[in-house]
Amino acid sequence: MDIKDKTKLDLALDKEILFNIYYVMRRIRAVEEKIVEEYPKKQIRCPTHLSIGQEGVPAALAQVVTKHDYAISTHRGHAHYLAKGGDLDKMIAELYGKECGCSKGKGGSMHLIDVEQGFMGTSAIVGNSIPLGVGLALSLELKGLKNISCIFLGDGAIEEGSFYESLNFAVLRKLPTLFICENNLYSVYSPLDVRQPIDRQIHTIAEAVGAKTACCDGNNVIDSYETLNTICQEIRSGSGPWFVEFETYRWREHCGYNYDNDIGYRTEEEYETWKRRDPIKTFVDYLKNNYSIEVVNKLEQIDQNIFKEVEEAFEKAKKASYPDPSHAYTSIYCQ
Amino acid sequence: MTKITFGKAINSAIDQAMALDKSVICYGLGATDPKGIFGTTLGLEKKYGKKRVFDMPTSENAMTGVGIGASMVGIKPVMTHQRLDFFLLALDQLVNGAAKMHYMFGGTVNIPITIRLILGRGWGQGPTHSQNLQAWFAHIPGLKVVMPSSPEDAKGLLISSIFDPNPVVFLEHRWLHNTVGEVPDNDFRIEIGTSKKLVDGNDITIVSMSYLTIEAQIAEKYLRKNGVSVDLIDLRSIKPIDMKAISESLKKTGKILVLDTGFTTCSVSSDIISRVLINNFEFLTHPPAQIAMPDVPEPTSFGLTKSFYKRAADIAKKVLDMMGIDSLDPFNDLPPPAPHDVPGDWFKGPF
Ligand SMILES: Cc1ncc(C[n+]2csc(CCOP(=O)(O)OP(=O)(O)O)c2C)c(N)n1
Ligand SMILES: [Mg+2]
Repeated sequence: MDIKDKTKLDLALDKEILFNIYYVMRRIRAVEEKIVEEYPKKQIRCPTHLSIGQEGVPAALAQVVTKHDYAISTHRGHAHYLAKGGDLDKMIAELYGKECGCSKGKGGSMHLIDVEQGFMGTSAIVGNSIPLGVGLALSLELKGLKNISCIFLGDGAIEEGSFYESLNFAVLRKLPTLFICENNLYSVYSPLDVRQPIDRQIHTIAEAVGAKTACCDGNNVIDSYETLNTICQEIRSGSGPWFVEFETYRWREHCGYNYDNDIGYRTEEEYETWKRRDPIKTFVDYLKNNYSIEVVNKLEQIDQNIFKEVEEAFEKAKKASYPDPSHAYTSIYCQ
Repeated sequence: MTKITFGKAINSAIDQAMALDKSVICYGLGATDPKGIFGTTLGLEKKYGKKRVFDMPTSENAMTGVGIGASMVGIKPVMTHQRLDFFLLALDQLVNGAAKMHYMFGGTVNIPITIRLILGRGWGQGPTHSQNLQAWFAHIPGLKVVMPSSPEDAKGLLISSIFDPNPVVFLEHRWLHNTVGEVPDNDFRIEIGTSKKLVDGNDITIVSMSYLTIEAQIAEKYLRKNGVSVDLIDLRSIKPIDMKAISESLKKTGKILVLDTGFTTCSVSSDIISRVLINNFEFLTHPPAQIAMPDVPEPTSFGLTKSFYKRAADIAKKVLDMMGIDSLDPFNDLPPPAPHDVPGDWFKGPF
């Protein structure tokens, strides 16, 4: 479905939104690149899935939800956590397995949560969090709240039964759910064409199940913003579930910090093509072409603040202490 | 005989089974990707073609059912999951389907499927990438459960599993994939349900499984040097289980320690000990002992896993206690490897 009356960004009025989109994207990239720098030092010791190249969609969503809306995500959840307002220090500490991590070192990179910000967790099991997102939406309905539940998922997750089962129930009950599918063309090293018929688009499945759907270039953050802004308003006014497929691309290896275009599951050319569609660079170019030098200068200032903040988060995490080993055996049950 | 890794032995077993029998197929997430499931499926697609060797959608439950359906009419699927934890989505097909169909349909069909599940540990694998649920599978009538610890056994047992007319859950510990051993080059089979005596001894019986056998061997050497003679049995199969070998050993030693990579409650080791108590009480000169994982999810943090895993020193200490020897300090003599959360330099993370 085409979204007809998409609320366009008013470029004169909405500078703050533009700056904020930039801030969220740039901050995610800075955090992930810092992980790239630190991971080889072997102090971050857990499977880690980076979102470099995929910053656009979470940054767009960040502008149209509040902490009273819910979001839930996957193994590749750093960007979603940060975009939803998740505490940076607690995330980095969690990667380092420290006591002050958001999951107290028990969960690692794949188990980020910030309940205060409505970021209700990530899962290391593909498809596992989709029904949870629907359950969060059910709670909103039961409590009579006007908020929404955002469910991040990948192109691989739609192959799990839990996806159909969850979407069906969400449609049945017209729950305020926003399914955000970041289609980055791969599940680990398996391209789409060994997993799904090549002549079918993912969002058409959701449409057939009864959700309202859209498809959008996830590396075009302005378009992503306008799409999500319009859709979120619809959901808030009772449209029921929406499923949006965003085309995007992860730059680095599935799990870990290296590039892996050399191992043979995708081509260097494909990677280069997508790199030219870098959501951040595209956005900055757009700003440069349309705005005054002051706006561009402001971006540099934002960068400086981000780098400082990120450096500090890593410093704090490294200095923080590990949980006492006895904590491994506690909080199995809620007391 | 050639010296190869455990991973290569798995690869060789599938390769030979596929060469022997056209009805053997091999699939799983990543089965044809450049890494070939930790090297275990590398080269198979090229040799046997895309129809018999294939990647799959991230649809564990349905794809297990698809394998079971095909196996009802003579296909012999070898399905692999990179973690046991991912396979939990398919328990319905396994437990309500594969395990019972031969029985439930009066013996008219049988399900010759082999399901390879890889067990993770360390490098922050955490609560849902590290579960050793052999006891769950062993609990289900109709399933066979295999858990080799050496490259040779991996090959011999995998070929037997593939040609077994029943569903077999084949559990591979990730920390074993790079261990090396002599393996016969040709087709050879090890009977499922037979254990292996790794060391003959008189003082105490140690029963072990999977990766813990590596730790048990280190402990055994240390104990031998210090005058304790261990009868070391590697189970190899969890179901059926070789209780005969265990009770014969116990008759000789009178003492038994059972090691288990799984959680303690309702574990395979608990079951072995219960059978020993029921059937061989008269052999016991000392209460039986158990070393299993605590009833706790594996935490992710490096700081939390430090003393979490059971290793050679824990085994040696338990044996020494049972022997009444307190002059030795195995925790000092058998220091933990540093870092404690990887099986060796070859393991570069992340999974
Ligand atoms: C049930 C289950 N099956 C398999 C895996 C292994 N796995 C981890 S991430 C991943 C890729 C999923 O692809 P997608 O949903 O497209 O997410 P992406 O990694 O591309 O962000 C897979 C298959 C898993 N964690 N859980
Ligand atoms: Mg993907």
